[in-house]
Amino acid sequence: MTSIAAEADDRNADWRDSLLGSMRELWEFRELFYYFAWRDIKVRYKQTVLGALWAIIQPLFTMLIFTFLFGKVAGISSDGIPRPLFYFSALVPWTYFSATVSNVSMTLLANSDLLTKIYFPRVVLPGSVALSGLLDFLIASTMLGVFFVYYEVAPGPNLLLWIPFTLALVALALGVGMFLAALNVKYRDIKYAVPFGIQLWLFVTPIIYPLNSIPHQYRLFFAINPLSGIIEGFRRSLIPGMAIEWGPATYSLAAAAAIFAIGSWFFNRSAKEFADYL
Amino acid sequence: MAGTRASIEVSRLSKRYELGKRRDLTTFREQLMRLVQPGDKEPDRELWALKDVSFSLNEGEVVGIIGRNGAGKSTLLKILSRITFPTSGRIRVRGRVASLLEVGVGFHHELTGRENVYLNGSIMGLRKREVDERFAAIVEFAGVEQFIDTQVKHYSSGMRLRLGFAVAAHLDPDVLIVDEVLAVGDVGFQKKCLAAIEGLHGGGRTVLFVSHNMAAVENLCSRAIWIDGGKIRQDGPAKDVIGDYMASFAAGEGAGADLSNLESRTGTGDARFTRIEFLAPDGTPSPIARSGDPLVIRLHYYANAAIHNPSFGFRLYTAMGTLVTESGHLLHGIPIVRLEPGHGHIDIEIDSLNLLPDRYHLSLWITDPSGQAIYDGDVRSILEIEAADVYKSGKLPNSRQGIVYFPLRWKIPAPQAVRETAA
Repeated sequence: MTSIAAEADDRNADWRDSLLGSMRELWEFRELFYYFAWRDIKVRYKQTVLGALWAIIQPLFTMLIFTFLFGKVAGISSDGIPRPLFYFSALVPWTYFSATVSNVSMTLLANSDLLTKIYFPRVVLPGSVALSGLLDFLIASTMLGVFFVYYEVAPGPNLLLWIPFTLALVALALGVGMFLAALNVKYRDIKYAVPFGIQLWLFVTPIIYPLNSIPHQYRLFFAINPLSGIIEGFRRSLIPGMAIEWGPATYSLAAAAAIFAIGSWFFNRSAKEFADYL
Repeated sequence: MAGTRASIEVSRLSKRYELGKRRDLTTFREQLMRLVQPGDKEPDRELWALKDVSFSLNEGEVVGIIGRNGAGKSTLLKILSRITFPTSGRIRVRGRVASLLEVGVGFHHELTGRENVYLNGSIMGLRKREVDERFAAIVEFAGVEQFIDTQVKHYSSGMRLRLGFAVAAHLDPDVLIVDEVLAVGDVGFQKKCLAAIEGLHGGGRTVLFVSHNMAAVENLCSRAIWIDGGKIRQDGPAKDVIGDYMASFAAGEGAGADLSNLESRTGTGDARFTRIEFLAPDGTPSPIARSGDPLVIRLHYYANAAIHNPSFGFRLYTAMGTLVTESGHLLHGIPIVRLEPGHGHIDIEIDSLNLLPDRYHLSLWITDPSGQAIYDGDVRSILEIEAADVYKSGKLPNSRQGIVYFPLRWKIPAPQAVRETAA
């Protein structure tokens, strides 16, 4: 065996060791995900009168405005779904997505004192942000159930698809968020770009409109956005008799997984340097 | 029991910082500009915080890391704690590491003491079950039983500190890395911390300990490593290394500090401190101030114009920010009717520095007599006091015994002393 080959072998072993090592370490620190999430939730609603109701208020009022503005005034199609249901079913995952991306992108800066003083697997911070957001997501989803009772809509077995769509939503939000978080440590431009980017993202995602209202020649462009298939999936899996569009849905699930992989790879690669820039 | 297995192995460790990287936040624009104007690239300003550092520690060794500020001690601890990564070199640490670079970091002020103990324990790698087991001991150690369900924002800084150290002291690590924790807290608590660290010593744990407090290093550590300019200058028995380290001050650049470029200062600048000097009574520079020494503090100033009735003064603080004493010539009934323009100096003669060894901060000012108009203020300088045999007993007092020592004598009638000893 030549020395070069030996070196390459070593490197492979190192890589396997480090991957296994970080997996083992994440398992060791699994409770920390929960503790950080618990801290975030606890602190978020401390000294608020309405507490967890805020998880509902935000999508609810956005829905009311949308119903009035885009439904009554602009008359944008809602694909035959009652408008409140149409908007709210998309706003629940969207609210989670936008909050998670923006909170994850800020989490390293917000915890800089910890990062420069204590070692723990850095990925716990974004992970716990995504976890704590799920509580709001759950509360808002329950509210969605109330709408169903009101509109006397009984969701079918497709509702089970919420599980993979939720996983994809979390993966996509985390992937994008971790990428931005790692960049944010080095380039503070990100802090300003994120709110603006999220605002734009709202409009290129089928939340206000159904994807099939987009003229054919532009539809592919809209479908590139992995969030499109996920949001449409959430909406369509609720309404009995609405077919899931498997093409965009599968693409979105795969793209979310890929973005998650890239985001976490970039995050971990940058993690060594976090303390030097904070 | 000290084993012979290596607990920490460091070989050829180097860490380079690019200057300005930490402070000046790079933006995309700067990076773009660099791409556009590659020729305009400024020369790399870099700093080797550590250069080719190698040593190894056996299990159960308690080792002190000493050296001046900026020598690379903290960088070394940060690398060993895996907070930052070396530019080159290898480290190998066996077993669970707990590092205490700052006490109480990770506490959230909105959460209660109890909640913070669990959160903090978890950040440091403890399971909930492990915190459960240690909880009573942690709370007792910190002495915050009554307030454990109170939000930490209502805690005094001392309570917060005690609770933070208590969690760290109960981590039960194989390797403990401690950075200057003894510079904070009250004396009683410092004693407790030292006892806790000594307890670890007995338990066969490896402790790496950074301190400016030479008496503490000498008490705690059998071995010391002196880091100077990012390199190991000396590694050996604590007593020898500390002795040589202290002696290096005498050979150093002389006592005192240039104050002319200080940035923190306030005031109009009509008169400015330019330099502070620490001198022996005979006027020779006194680089090491030791407990009980006489000292002359010479304040050099420059006045732009004549100033009527200025007031010079200083405050002496401990490293923790406790005011030790304040003094000014007006308090002594000595006015300065008119300060002539130009350079000048004022001396403060101290017969005996009744200070226990520690790092102290001097804050200087020049104001008008009412203190309303500030000519120069918030001018800070550091006075380091080293241990000395002030009781002529062969025993060095240390900062665990307080801030000052009193000029006092113990009078014990001879027979009674014997009886007391016998009893």
